[in-house]
Amino acid sequence: MRQDQQRYRIFTRRTALLAGGKALLLSTLAGRMYYLQVLESEKYTVLADENRISLKLLPPPRGRIVDRFGVPIARNDQNYRVVIVPEQTPDLEVTLRDLARIIPLSEDEYIRILREGVHRRAFVPITVRDNLAWNQVAQIEVNAPDLPGVSIEVGQTRDYPFGGLTAHVVGYVAAVSEADLTGEPLLELPGFRIGKSGIERQYDGVLRGSAGTSQVEVNAVGRIIRELSRDEGQPGKDQVLTIDMALQQYVQQRLATEHSGSAVVLDIHSGGVLALGSTPTYDPNAFNRGISSQSWNSLISDPFRPLNNKAIAGQYAPGSTFKMIVALAALEAGIAPGEEVFCPGFITLGNARFHCWKAIGHGHVDMIGGIKHSCDVYFYDIALRVGIEAIAAMARRFGLGEETGLDLPGERPGLIPDRDWKLGNIGKPWQLGETMVTGIGQGFVLTTPLQLALMTARIVNGGYAVKPFLTRPSVFHGAPETPAQPPFPSLGFAPGRLELIREAMDQVSNHPRGTAYGARIKEAGMAMGGKTGTAQVRRITMSERATGVRKNEDLPWNQRDHALFVGFAPVQAPSYAVAVVIEHGGGGSAVAAPIARDILIETQRRDPSRQVPPRQVAGIDPG
Amino acid sequence: MLQLSTRKPTRFSEADLHIFQKLRSLNWGLVLTLCLISASGVALLYSAGGMAWEPWAGRHLIRLCCGMMLMIVLAMIDVQHWFRLAYPAYFACLLLLVAVEVIGQIGMGAQRWIDLGVFTLQPSELMKIALVLALARYFHQIPLDRLRAPLALIPPLLMTAAPVVLVLLQPNLGTAALLAFGSGAVMFAAGVPVWIFWTAAGGVLVAAPVGWQFLHDYQKDRVLTFLDPGSDPLGAGYNILQSTIAIGSGGVSGKGFGMGSQSQLMFLPEKHTDFIFVVLAEEMGLMGAIGLLLLFGIVLIYGYLIGIGSKSQFGRVTALGLTTTFFLYLLMNIAMVSGLIPVVGIPLPLVSYGGTAIFTFLIGCGLLLSISVHRESRVSPHEPLL
Repeated sequence: MRQDQQRYRIFTRRTALLAGGKALLLSTLAGRMYYLQVLESEKYTVLADENRISLKLLPPPRGRIVDRFGVPIARNDQNYRVVIVPEQTPDLEVTLRDLARIIPLSEDEYIRILREGVHRRAFVPITVRDNLAWNQVAQIEVNAPDLPGVSIEVGQTRDYPFGGLTAHVVGYVAAVSEADLTGEPLLELPGFRIGKSGIERQYDGVLRGSAGTSQVEVNAVGRIIRELSRDEGQPGKDQVLTIDMALQQYVQQRLATEHSGSAVVLDIHSGGVLALGSTPTYDPNAFNRGISSQSWNSLISDPFRPLNNKAIAGQYAPGSTFKMIVALAALEAGIAPGEEVFCPGFITLGNARFHCWKAIGHGHVDMIGGIKHSCDVYFYDIALRVGIEAIAAMARRFGLGEETGLDLPGERPGLIPDRDWKLGNIGKPWQLGETMVTGIGQGFVLTTPLQLALMTARIVNGGYAVKPFLTRPSVFHGAPETPAQPPFPSLGFAPGRLELIREAMDQVSNHPRGTAYGARIKEAGMAMGGKTGTAQVRRITMSERATGVRKNEDLPWNQRDHALFVGFAPVQAPSYAVAVVIEHGGGGSAVAAPIARDILIETQRRDPSRQVPPRQVAGIDPG
Repeated sequence: MLQLSTRKPTRFSEADLHIFQKLRSLNWGLVLTLCLISASGVALLYSAGGMAWEPWAGRHLIRLCCGMMLMIVLAMIDVQHWFRLAYPAYFACLLLLVAVEVIGQIGMGAQRWIDLGVFTLQPSELMKIALVLALARYFHQIPLDRLRAPLALIPPLLMTAAPVVLVLLQPNLGTAALLAFGSGAVMFAAGVPVWIFWTAAGGVLVAAPVGWQFLHDYQKDRVLTFLDPGSDPLGAGYNILQSTIAIGSGGVSGKGFGMGSQSQLMFLPEKHTDFIFVVLAEEMGLMGAIGLLLLFGIVLIYGYLIGIGSKSQFGRVTALGLTTTFFLYLLMNIAMVSGLIPVVGIPLPLVSYGGTAIFTFLIGCGLLLSISVHRESRVSPHEPLL
């Protein structure tokens, strides 16, 4: 009994000690709770929100690109794809086999889909096939009850209804590459496309718009529980081009009769580009859907360079189309237009002989005759008299030798040589002979077709320094066209000088002895003026000249002459300028002039249509 | 007929009176507290189940009701019977532990339960009660002066070591620690000399580095990630990290019942079992958490009062042992979910979903109530061993 009492005393004492210890430990727990839930609460609230809130980007619909009448050149097509959600189907493989009766699946595709079904979360849709045809979509929809978990999703793909006809103007969009990443999160969205060339690239920022965001609550495995807030973002803005799609189609198809070449049609008063063609072309839709390396390689290795926009990036010796510049330089230098030069077929400088294209010579030639007959000797002579610096300065007044500033990426500047340029780049002093060959547009001088069209526009529009452009503020709705650009500065020519040159260009195609008479426009009121050019790409040796210059047809393609023509119409009150360059096409009068003629006829034929509301022209056939 | 009819009512009325008296002397305060804790458990499981009775809350409620009835029945049984049952129960549990170990060897991985069809039985859970009973019986029978001899400690140490080793083999570090600490507290309260505890503490400190070598890789991972949970936020540290985020973001008043983003959106692992306390802390905040701690604190206080009020050493030591076991459940669970100790897999009694833990706890409470009802019972120290 005594012992039991002692046990009891020890028990109560030690129990009190234990209870104290336990109370202390429980206070620690309470303290921990206080620390987490009061002192550190804010930090953990932020962490909890980061856990549950996920930001989803909503890609904005890309702006369309339309021609001056509103005809869509680049639009967003609905892209139907069939997806399967593994958790919604009792047996993924069985459902796939059923689906394969509508869209045949290869063994590889089976394996890919089944593997994705294993690796990804069961509620994430797996894309079975992209770009479904309409009948496939319909068949899947009809069979939906037998295909659990299978559904059709609609996405957007860029579509170019005119394909290659507009490739060199609008360019194309393609998947974002590593180098394009700027930190803009939109670019990192899977499947996002950005403009890679042409208008698509030039105005990518405007066309793209800005991304919307959707704040969603997600659970630990990433399933979306609900949307918390949504910001729709800004859809991309449509771009209206100065292009007349029907004319563009005509130009591109007309050029396609040659291997390789380009053409530009300008409104000479506003500078708006009505058509810009380059051949061969390519299908921009291929880039959007993902081009195969085989197709890519064949585009890259094609000797006619289909990816190259030759209208703005092709640089050619202008040949005789340069003679208007030399003539104007002569007029400015005080040489009278009536002053005659005798052409015996060649001219001698020191002990070198410079040939006219016409071996027997033109006889006595004045300025109008020099342009009309394209007499080389006349221009050798006056080039020597005005000097290279005056010629170069005149060329630059007409926009040659520098980028025109057209809103299209990839434009090349060409080259207008002078003494400083040669010393700086070749390291040798300028030779008089080089002045002479520059006088006929050969030698170092290089121009692009766009520059030649711009030069022509400036000659025939009354001497205003128009600038070319491709985008308009809005779609044409029947009102007469007002220039989008501010009034252009005058080039400052004395009255009569440009009119004289225009008269000479009139005679080139409308005088029976003009070089382009064979390609004249016979339709009343549509007559064109112009200038032919044939640019040599090889050196003709003394021995060849002795035995007779080989004809173009006897040469391999890449040694033949470039055929050029610059023109305008109508000849009495010009509205349009055109430049055509056919690479290695042969003679300008035989090859380039007829193409320019056809383009100018079509341009003028469609002239009234540019004054009527778009409804009546919008129905042109994309094919 | 007449004889029968006069005798039977008498016998029945005697028995009824007896039971009625016992029921009246039942510690209804403790029962009420247990009911409050249980109710909060059901509510939390209702929230954790996405505001639905399925899959947890409903079943939990049924189990609680069964457990409570069992508890009341056990409370009616005299302490003397518990004393007699102590050793057989202990050996039965030990046998079961060996059995799961053998089955586990045959099967795969860590086997901790026996499938009884209706529910699965975790012998290690029952052992928590049985060990306390066996130790209480031992210390009841041994006179105080003999306790001074270290040899007298060999039987209780063996009694403790056997289940601890078996549970460690399962492996279940949390339950082993709970058994060991519980038995330590029992020995301390029973009057084992203090120097022995100092020696044991020193021995543990020395042995700890050696013991580390014997831990399973996943156990080492748990300890390491506990020391630095941020080192691997999506791997082993994920549980602790998400759990502390949930508790911390709950703030003072919580996010509201059923509104806990961490709990409802499945960021929280094991939210219905070991981490149920986190659901409370997130949705009801600091006030809810402290409230539940206080309710458990009341249970512990009742346990102590029952122990001190018992006339027998067996009753006292059993009450202390059970109370300490309850306390260890609470401490280890909440310390674990709040990132104070490594993840050990100890449920929160009455609140966590899961079969055996509820029954263990309520059987323990039944014993406590029985000690309270039969506090005047004297237990003969000279009971035969079996």
